[in-house]
Order: sequence, then C-alpha cells, then structure tokens
Amino acid sequence: MKGMTIIVKTISSWVKVLIFMFGIYIIIFGHLTPGGGFAGGVILASSYVLLMLAFGREFVEENLSLPVASKLDCVGALLFAAIAMFGLFYGAACFFWNFIQAEYLADKETAFRLISAGTIPLSNLAIGLKVGASLFLIILVLSTFRPDVSVKEKE
Amino acid sequence: MTVPLPIFVAVPLATAFLLPVFAKRGKAVATVLANLATVSLLVMALCSIGQTRVYEVGRWSIPLGINLVLDGLSCLLLLAISVVSTAAMLFSVRYMEQYTAKAKYLSLFLLMVGGMNGVVLSGDIFNLFVFLEIASIASYALVGFGCGNEELEASFKYMVLGSIASTFILFAIALVYGNTGSLNMAYISKAIQGSGLNAGLAFALSLFIVGFSLKAALVPFHAWLPDAHPSAPAPISAMLSGVLIKALGVYALVRVLFNVFGISVSMGWILIILGLSSMVAGAFLAMGQWDFKRLLAYSSISQLGYVILGIGLGGLIIAQGGNLAWASLAILGGLFHLLNHAVYKSLLFLTSGSVEMSTGTRQLKQLGGLAGKLPFTRAACTVASASIAGIPPFSGFWSKLILVIAAVQAHFYWIAAIIVFVSLCTLIMYLKVQRYVFLGELPENLQQTKENRGSMLVAMVFLACLCVLMGLLVIIPALRNSILEPAVKVLTDGLEYSTKIIKL
Amino acid sequence: MLYALCFLLFMIGLYCAVVKKNMVKIVFGIMIMEYAVNLFLIMLGYHFGGVAPIIDKSQFDPGTGQIAGSFLNNSVDPLPQALVLTAIVIGLGSLALMISICIRTYEKYGTFDITQIRRLKG
Repeated sequence: MKGMTIIVKTISSWVKVLIFMFGIYIIIFGHLTPGGGFAGGVILASSYVLLMLAFGREFVEENLSLPVASKLDCVGALLFAAIAMFGLFYGAACFFWNFIQAEYLADKETAFRLISAGTIPLSNLAIGLKVGASLFLIILVLSTFRPDVSVKEKE
Repeated sequence: MTVPLPIFVAVPLATAFLLPVFAKRGKAVATVLANLATVSLLVMALCSIGQTRVYEVGRWSIPLGINLVLDGLSCLLLLAISVVSTAAMLFSVRYMEQYTAKAKYLSLFLLMVGGMNGVVLSGDIFNLFVFLEIASIASYALVGFGCGNEELEASFKYMVLGSIASTFILFAIALVYGNTGSLNMAYISKAIQGSGLNAGLAFALSLFIVGFSLKAALVPFHAWLPDAHPSAPAPISAMLSGVLIKALGVYALVRVLFNVFGISVSMGWILIILGLSSMVAGAFLAMGQWDFKRLLAYSSISQLGYVILGIGLGGLIIAQGGNLAWASLAILGGLFHLLNHAVYKSLLFLTSGSVEMSTGTRQLKQLGGLAGKLPFTRAACTVASASIAGIPPFSGFWSKLILVIAAVQAHFYWIAAIIVFVSLCTLIMYLKVQRYVFLGELPENLQQTKENRGSMLVAMVFLACLCVLMGLLVIIPALRNSILEPAVKVLTDGLEYSTKIIKL
Repeated sequence: MLYALCFLLFMIGLYCAVVKKNMVKIVFGIMIMEYAVNLFLIMLGYHFGGVAPIIDKSQFDPGTGQIAGSFLNNSVDPLPQALVLTAIVIGLGSLALMISICIRTYEKYGTFDITQIRRLKG
C-alpha cells in the first residue's frame, strides 16, 4: 500500500489531530460525561486507522511499531491492575477500593470538577491506553497477510 | 490465613500482562515468573481450604456491587485448577521449547487460569459470564496455537460452538435480570423462591442448560471436544480436559441449577440422562480411536458423564424428598470423581505429550515397545490408566465405588450396572493404550527414542503421586471433612445458599 | 412485541451460523446473535419517556449531595447499558480472534468454504 492522493493525505493529516484530541477529551472527561476509557481508546485507535488508510501501513508502522504498541497495551493493563491493587493497602484494605476519593477528596464540593471521583479517571486513562493500543494492534495485524506474524490478540 | 479473594484472579491476570514486557529480555525470566504465579496460586488455594467467605469488591454492599464468594464447592474447584495448572505449567517449561512464541503462550495460559478462578469464585451471574469469556477466548487462541491446518480448523469449530454457547448464556442472563431485577446469584435465588418459575425464567433455565452443556461437552453437544483437545499443545490439552470443561461447564451448570433455580425432579432426570449418554457414547467412541490424544479426549467425555450422573442422581433424590444421606453420597461420588478426573486425565495428556515429543507421532499403530525407552513416562501412564479404569488402590476406584453404592442404595440398579459396564469399557481402552504404546514390538524408526527429563518428569511424577494418594481423601475422615464434605454440603443445601450468603 | 423481534433477530443469527457454508458468514451469524442479545438487554432497561441515566449539574444539589427526584423517577435503568458495554468488548475480542483464524485458514486452503476444509472427522 502506497497510500492515497495528496488531497486525502493533507486532509487526513489535519483531521487526525482533531480525532486524537477528541479521543483524549473523551478519556479525561470519562467520569463526567458519557464515554470513558473504552470509547476514547477506540477513537484514539481510529485516528491511527485513518492514517493507515491515507498513508499506507508502512508509514504508521514507522510511527508506532508493533512491539511498542504491544508494550503500551501491557502497560495499560498493568496500570489498571495496579490501581486496583493499591486499594488493598489503604484504609478499608479492599480490592478496587476508591482510596483517593475516600481519603483525600471526601468532599461534596468537588463533584463535577475535572479532578474528582478518585481513582476512576486514572482507571479510565489506563483503559484508554490499553484499548487504543490493542485495537491498533488488532487492525495492524489483521491488515498484514504475512504468514509469520502470530495473530493472537485478546480484548 | 485469609487471602483476599480477588488475588486469585488478579495475580494470574497481572502476571499475564507482565510477561510480554520480558519477551525480549529472555524467555527464562518469563518462564520463572509464570511458574511462580501458578505455585503461589496453589499455596493460596491450600491456605483457603474449609473457609466460607464473601468479599465485596470496592466495599460496595452486596446487591449493589460485585461480590466474590468462596464456599466448599468453589474451594474444591480452586484446588483442582491450581494443582493441574501448576503441573501443566511445569511441564510446558520444557515442552514448549519446540514452539516459537513462548511468552505469548504463557500469558494466554495465565489468562485462562485467571478466567477459571474468576468463574469459580464469582457470586454475580454476569461477572461469571465475563470470566467465562476470558477463559474461553484464551482457550480458543491456545487450541489454535500451533497454527497448523488441523489446529486452525479445530480452533474455528471450537470457537463457533463456544461463541454460540456464550450467546445463549448471555441471553439467559438477560432474561433472568428482566424477571428478577438482580444479577447477584443469592438475590436472584431469593426472587425466584418468591415468585416461582414463570415462563421467562423457565426459558432462561433451558438456555442455561444448553449453554453450559455446550461448554462442558456433554453428549448431544460434544462435537467440538474431540477436535479441540487433541489439537492443542499437550499441557493445554491437560488444562482443557482436566479443568476447563469442569470449571466452565459442570461447575457453572451445577451452581445455577442447585443454588439459583433449585433442583427439581425433571432437572435431576435431565442431568442423569445427559450423564448416562455422555458415559456410554464417549466410551464407545473412545474405543474406536487410533490417535492417542483423540482417544483421551473421547474418554474425557465419558468420564465427565460420571460426574454429571453422580450430581444428577443426588439432585433427583433431594427433589423427590428421599434420604438425604444417599443424596449426599451420590454427590460426593460425583465431586470426588471430578477431582480425580482432573488429576489423572491431565496426567494422561502430559504422558501423551511426552510420548509425542520423544517420537514425533501420536498414532497408536506407529508406536510400540516404548516401555524400555521411556520408563518414567510408562510408569506414570500406567498409574493414570489404572486410576481411570478403577483398579482398587488408585483414586478412580474409590469415586466409582461410591457412585455404585449410591446408585444401589437409591434402588437405581440399572444405573449401577451401566456404571460398572462403562468402567469395563474404560479398562479395555486403556489396555489398548498400554498394548500399542508401551508393549509389543519396537518399530525400527523409534530405536533412538530418549526419555524426557527435567521439568516434564517432575510434573508427571507430581501428578502420579497425587493419583496414588487421592484415595486418602475419602478414607481419612479429617481430609474428607475439610475438602469434600463442605462442597457436598453446598449442593445438598440447595436454595439455603442465598440466605447464607446474604447473612454473611 | 419488540422482544419478539429481538428473538427473531437472534434466530436469524443462529440460522446463519448453523446453515451457512462460508466461514465469514458463520462469524457474521454469531455476531448477529450477540447484537440481538445486546438489543434485548438495552430494551429491558428502557421505559417510554425515559431520560439518559447521566447526572449533570442541574440535577445535583452540591449542599446536600442529593439528586433531584424527577431524575430518579424518569431515568432508564443504567445497569443493562453497562452490561451491554462489557458484552460489546467481549464480542470485539472474540470477533478479532475469529476473523484472524479465518484469515489464517484462507492462507492455508485458499477458500472459505467449510465443506472443502475438512481434515477432522467426528
């Protein structure tokens, strides 16, 4: 795949920034508005898919190679697990205990602010990273027909 | 020692995502980490024997949040999963050297273990579905791991039937939620006791039975198992046959039938018929096979029939208001057979993997005379075969004996006769394995065969020792009261489960 | 009535998965089944005149931390929506795996027709 014409390339290089920003917005405001980690992650991945369609697969692989994306995928999942595990060491000592909310933000005034809801925005960030990277990986791997790439993706 | 219950799920999942990070640094680190995870799970499972606890995740009280429940039945399955996964993981240290992507294999393996632990511990029916899907998706990928023609085809077949089963289960969960307004199993059970079984719930129940029977490969729904289990790498076949079909199929089915909907006479008969047809059809189909692992896979269907038969017989006696002692004896037989089957069937699959790795084939007709070449594998295989066929000192004998006694006491003489008959068929098919693999003439091309040493040997010896010692679980009252009796009690209590959980 | 339509969609998916000979069509059949169930779940939570279950500032009293009663009475049930989100993620995972297996099989055999791909028997 060499990519499409110059018109498509120019427009998509503009639009990709907007899509990426929108994805980040959806993730960061996940606890206040509809959306969150999964939806935002899908949007992040879709900006890369747009690039892949416009510029060809090789261009995208130069920017975000398979091993790096796979590392990001794992880091997202590990962050999520770590946030859940931290709950075990604070106060109520319970898995998934929302320790930030309970210990530092136990104040009704903070509702509907960006920094509120304790660990939920952090989990959203981790999930967004995980979903974005893994969807990107799935699409990249499915678009290659080389027989030596192992095609085993989960979630 | 009280282990926080989510650890059983979190440790394998977190390790699974930690492993690909080490993929470049060297397989050794990843392998050691994965083994550490399974061994620590085994230790934690041993620590939580005999406890009954409810864990509210994130401190959300029961009807609102997700809860995890540890009771006797969960503990039994947890033990089986951790024993088999420890042995299989140890075995794959050496066995998986022949495949390329070992780190990916290890993380899929751990995902599967985490999913199964989640299914067993979950007290929330939708959560059970999520963990069931994690375990099944990991197992679909593992079945196709070799990426050969047969593996891909078997994986596709397994995946289609498995996905249909999952959709059925999800549909049933939706119907249950619509009719009872809750997803917590204890609260659903309370709501059903209050309202009785209406049309929607009855439909949901039938969907549950079909879905979980598909996952457990009981006989009308068994088409995927004989393809999927032989195609996977040997340690994975051991996991799939040893515990996956039990945790995803039998455990979930039994939990839903006994503790959520409440057992009735017709459901007891359904379980008995499913069990009997699996036993007989599985045994006959297994006898005609010439592929080592395929024979073992069919024999899994047959042995799973015993488990379902024992539990169904107990349920029938309870539903008819019969003697509770006979019912608990039948259920004890079924659950003990489940534990035994987990151990000896995984051992048999591991020995088949060892034979395949040494000789490069698993066709019975091309093998022979390996007794001298593979002495340890031969010994392990003989112990497991004797155990599965029910030769007295080994574990399989005790569970089958208990089942026969229970059937005779409840005056189901024909069921007892069928149990003994299928046991004879099992003996015949394992004599066939012994005859064609380890005895007879050694073919010319197998003269150079060498025994597999190292981790594979340790795993096989570990399981073989368990096979011999498992009989003690029923003979010594202290062990029986701490491991098997609580599990039986969960099932004989039936619907009282809900009041107990809500009180805790 | 609408529930019956959902069930019909489920049955169409099941028919497609069981009868069709093309691997990709089988995968689509399974996906149709999954989406029928998702639709059913969403409809379970819906009632006529319901509002989306998202709390915003106008329904929230920061002094007492209470939520307006009119919102609580009118909003639809959020739980099935959360369930559907999870089910969609799971469906995505299994869809990706199934499609990749289809691609691999196509590379090996050069066809999607399952009647021609038959090494394994009973």
